[in-house]
Amino acid sequence: MDAEAAKLIGAGLASIPLAGAGVGLGLIFGNFLSGAFRNPSAAAANQPTMLLAFALTEFTGLLGFAIAMIILYTF
Amino acid sequence: MSVFAIVTNAAAAAAEEAQAHAAEASSAGLPQLDPAWWPSQLFWLAVTFGFLYWLMSSRFLPAIAGAIEERRDRIADDLDQASDFKRQAEDAESAYNQALADAKAKAQSIAADTRAEMDDEIAELQTETDAQLAKQVATAEARIGEMKAAAATKVSEAAAETARAVVETLIDEAPTEEAANRAVADAAARLRG
Amino acid sequence: MYRFRAAGPMEQFEILPIVDLHLGSINISLTNSALWMIIGTGAIIVFFFAATRRAALIPGRLQSAAEIFYEFVSDLVRDTIGPEGRKFFPYVFTLFIWILVSNLFGLFPTIPIPGLPHWLHTFTPTSHLIVTLALATMTISIVIVYGFYKNGLGFFKLFAPSGLPLWLMPLLVLIEVISFLSRPLSLAIRLFANMFAGHVILKLFAGFVVSLLSAGGAVMLFGIAPFFGAVAVTALEFLVAALQAYVFAVLTCIYLNDAVHAADH
Repeated sequence: MDAEAAKLIGAGLASIPLAGAGVGLGLIFGNFLSGAFRNPSAAAANQPTMLLAFALTEFTGLLGFAIAMIILYTF
Repeated sequence: MSVFAIVTNAAAAAAEEAQAHAAEASSAGLPQLDPAWWPSQLFWLAVTFGFLYWLMSSRFLPAIAGAIEERRDRIADDLDQASDFKRQAEDAESAYNQALADAKAKAQSIAADTRAEMDDEIAELQTETDAQLAKQVATAEARIGEMKAAAATKVSEAAAETARAVVETLIDEAPTEEAANRAVADAAARLRG
Repeated sequence: MYRFRAAGPMEQFEILPIVDLHLGSINISLTNSALWMIIGTGAIIVFFFAATRRAALIPGRLQSAAEIFYEFVSDLVRDTIGPEGRKFFPYVFTLFIWILVSNLFGLFPTIPIPGLPHWLHTFTPTSHLIVTLALATMTISIVIVYGFYKNGLGFFKLFAPSGLPLWLMPLLVLIEVISFLSRPLSLAIRLFANMFAGHVILKLFAGFVVSLLSAGGAVMLFGIAPFFGAVAVTALEFLVAALQAYVFAVLTCIYLNDAVHAADH
């Protein structure tokens, strides 16, 4: 296979983690909201934790993005 | 040529252009991964961040903290003052209430005293009047008794005289006063039965 | 048709020297990245200088804004670290405001004056991995140095959670060490990738608009969709810019909290 084509395919494959990150983010925000609607008074206190979870989950997706960029531009 | 074909062509052109740029950029690699510019970025980051940190920690943040603290103190002071005023007002109110209650009690005691005095006076007057009235009643009763007795005597005298006159007319003989009296007394006794 | 220098999605990240400077053999040239760092920092300084020029009892507009920032970060530090976090407050505040302004200023569109030199185009310093890596390393260095200063060897308790069966310990210590070592990397890559990806997407949408418009005819109508897409992504990017600054500050606080309370674990 042509190396250029392989690179592009690899970069495309490396963007698959975005799907997982999307699911994870949906779970985090959905669960936070369902908890927050049940007990709105406790919602504000848990917001930093929620954002931390959001950041950590997003990071996994961004790793895929970073790998795609590295495949595309450094090799 | 359909619109979609035009769109596809344009997209292809755009993709081609992008690819050309990508190739151009790719020749230099990702700009972020070019180590040639790392020292410069680190240096300027250190300079700007360090300067900002120095300014923030030595000047801006203490100023803001001071302003916030001052405001908080001022609000607390004002609140203290307000509570002072409130306490004073409450004191004044309770004093007023006390005075009011005292005055009420005093008025009540005065009223009670007056009433008692008046009651005494009335009672005195009443007893006096009662005594006077009793005396009058007694004298009146005595006079009535006297008059009754006098009237009774006069009635029996008149009866005796009438009896003597009747007897004299009937038999032409005048009984003695004594006999007439006795007869009247007997008659009266019989009538009383 | 005039072709702007930054037509592709990657040119916006290129570093361009403005003034060549050297410190020994080290290249410390004033570049467009440095220029935007200086512009951002200068804007922060001007803002705070104006806001604190005369600290009034009843704050004006600028002072209110500055106090909102102050209270926001102050609450964050106090809630996450506790009263011991007071000494880190200036650092977290500087970090937050610097990242926020770097992210936001990079989002301002370049004024399209033909012939405007490329190095004057807006630039996001935080879209460069080395900058975010430096910020993250600074945070983790403070964590490690302060952690050992405060807790001594008790700092290692951070890697050994208490109340676990002994046979699980080696595995957990390994996991904890890896997670600790990945912290600066994750901090750096998160900020960098968010800024980088956001700007690439913005540029792609804008590129679609330009390509479709230059195709002429009825096709130009198809440029409307990516145009509104670009507007929407710009709005999203403003949110992301603020959120990433906040996330960086929150994570810094959480890591500092580990350093302060390592022995309590």
